[in-house]
Amino acid sequence: MSILAAGPVIPNFGSGSKCEQTGGWWCTDWLRAHWGDTLQPALVQHIELSLIAVGIGFAIALALALLGFRFAVLDAPFGAFADFLYTIPSLALFQLLVPITGLTVTTVEVALVGYTLLILYRNTVAGLRSVPAEALEAARGMGLTRTQTFLRVELPLAVPAIVAGLRLAAVSTISIATVAALVIPEGLGRPIFVALEQDLFKTEILAAGGLAIALALVADALLVVAQRALTPWSRA
Amino acid sequence: MPTSAAEVVFDHATKRYPGRPEPALDELSITVPAGEICVLVGPSGSGKTTALKLVNRLIYLDEGEIRIDGTKIYDLDVTELRRSIGYVIQQVGLFPHMTVAANIGTVPRLVGWPKARIRERTAELLELVGLDPAGDGSRYPAQLSGGQRQRVGLARALAANPPLMLMDEPFGAIDPIVRARLQDEFLRLQHELRKTVLFVTHDIDEAIKLGDRIAIFRQGGTLAQYATPETILRHPADEFVAEFVGADRALKALALRTVGELELGPPRDGPRVSSDATLRDALARVIDEHAESLAVTDASGTVIGSVTKDDLLR
Repeated sequence: MSILAAGPVIPNFGSGSKCEQTGGWWCTDWLRAHWGDTLQPALVQHIELSLIAVGIGFAIALALALLGFRFAVLDAPFGAFADFLYTIPSLALFQLLVPITGLTVTTVEVALVGYTLLILYRNTVAGLRSVPAEALEAARGMGLTRTQTFLRVELPLAVPAIVAGLRLAAVSTISIATVAALVIPEGLGRPIFVALEQDLFKTEILAAGGLAIALALVADALLVVAQRALTPWSRA
Repeated sequence: MPTSAAEVVFDHATKRYPGRPEPALDELSITVPAGEICVLVGPSGSGKTTALKLVNRLIYLDEGEIRIDGTKIYDLDVTELRRSIGYVIQQVGLFPHMTVAANIGTVPRLVGWPKARIRERTAELLELVGLDPAGDGSRYPAQLSGGQRQRVGLARALAANPPLMLMDEPFGAIDPIVRARLQDEFLRLQHELRKTVLFVTHDIDEAIKLGDRIAIFRQGGTLAQYATPETILRHPADEFVAEFVGADRALKALALRTVGELELGPPRDGPRVSSDATLRDALARVIDEHAESLAVTDASGTVIGSVTKDDLLR
């Protein structure tokens, strides 16, 4: 594909500063000029794409995990299905989906959601199963019903594992979402592809890539803070 | 909710597991009077824990009946039944994500007590089991020692003031010094609360110390003897019981009574012993001092009488 074929740097004589014309590593004037029309919109789109993917992925994984936890026979097939999705290379998956769902956001989200399922499903099931046997026996002996045991004991105790899954899913989704620009002109992958096509403009690649990394770090940090707030007991 | 103690009757209670020739519990028929501690003791595989878990229906009863205050347990709703029975297990099973106070308030919350009443009850229970209501209530189980956890487990089981307590080796995982203290405190508590308690242990000394009555089980889930500690020590029903209570059962029996319970002779000089010492401790004193008799003192240290070596051994 042409976008991946990086030719020699051809000076862009059209416009911009000297730094920009020579394809410099860090052209502050370009960054200042294009933050508003290129980088910021791409960042916002990237956040949107990732949030939707992790949100939907979490909803599906949670539903599957509840079934897999309650009915042990379902656990193996669900896990294998999520495993299978995870093994498909992302470039291939996006291309495979285009004939079905077209060059749309749906294509992107289906692929991104697919990648979150394995981590979220496995972690949620493992978390639900991690409840100490004696706590379950005490719950039963004290007269908690099955539903009460699940809501008051099993689910809260699974929160650390679930959040650990969400952290991995968020970071990997933010990373993979750059590939979405193959399908739709959105997200931080877009300026990277544009820069690759246009003379391998290093400043733009660095800026967009840096933003993606920063976004992943911020998302991870927010989830850590959320977990601390949700599970005061895990620091005890 | 009834707050007084409940009588528990096992009526030919039998539990079999498929694929095993011997029953886990074979036709157990005993009556545990209201307000007493009945200790179920025996080697592993003798059915003592099975008998306990049949009562709150954690294990299904195959044959026979169990009645609590005359009501068959299978005539009751299982959730209601369990909420009206305090349950304490060796591993305690505190909920790690809940504070000590929240753990204790579990059953009161389930049965819908108002918040203020739960708070009040929690503070009362923390104090009762020797914890600090102000500081310990907001801690998490991971921050407690083993002994403290078991105290919380006991408080949690007592929370809704159940007439019956089931305790499955509650002090089994605790070091001997703390265990002895917990046993003493448990007896002091029971003196106040007068619950009916079924208490499982494999430790015959614990059984003798705590039990108003002891049910000794043997392999195959059969009851070997059901009697007071004194009767079991002085008149073991058979070889198995005699061996199980130990060769030193005569000494153990001495530990069941205090000097004050004997008919004392006139005050006289000699090594002193307090009237609330056990006969066993008094005998140890006789041996230590090479004495033929001891002067018995009351709590203030005044000599109120005497005992001879023969009195102690009679």
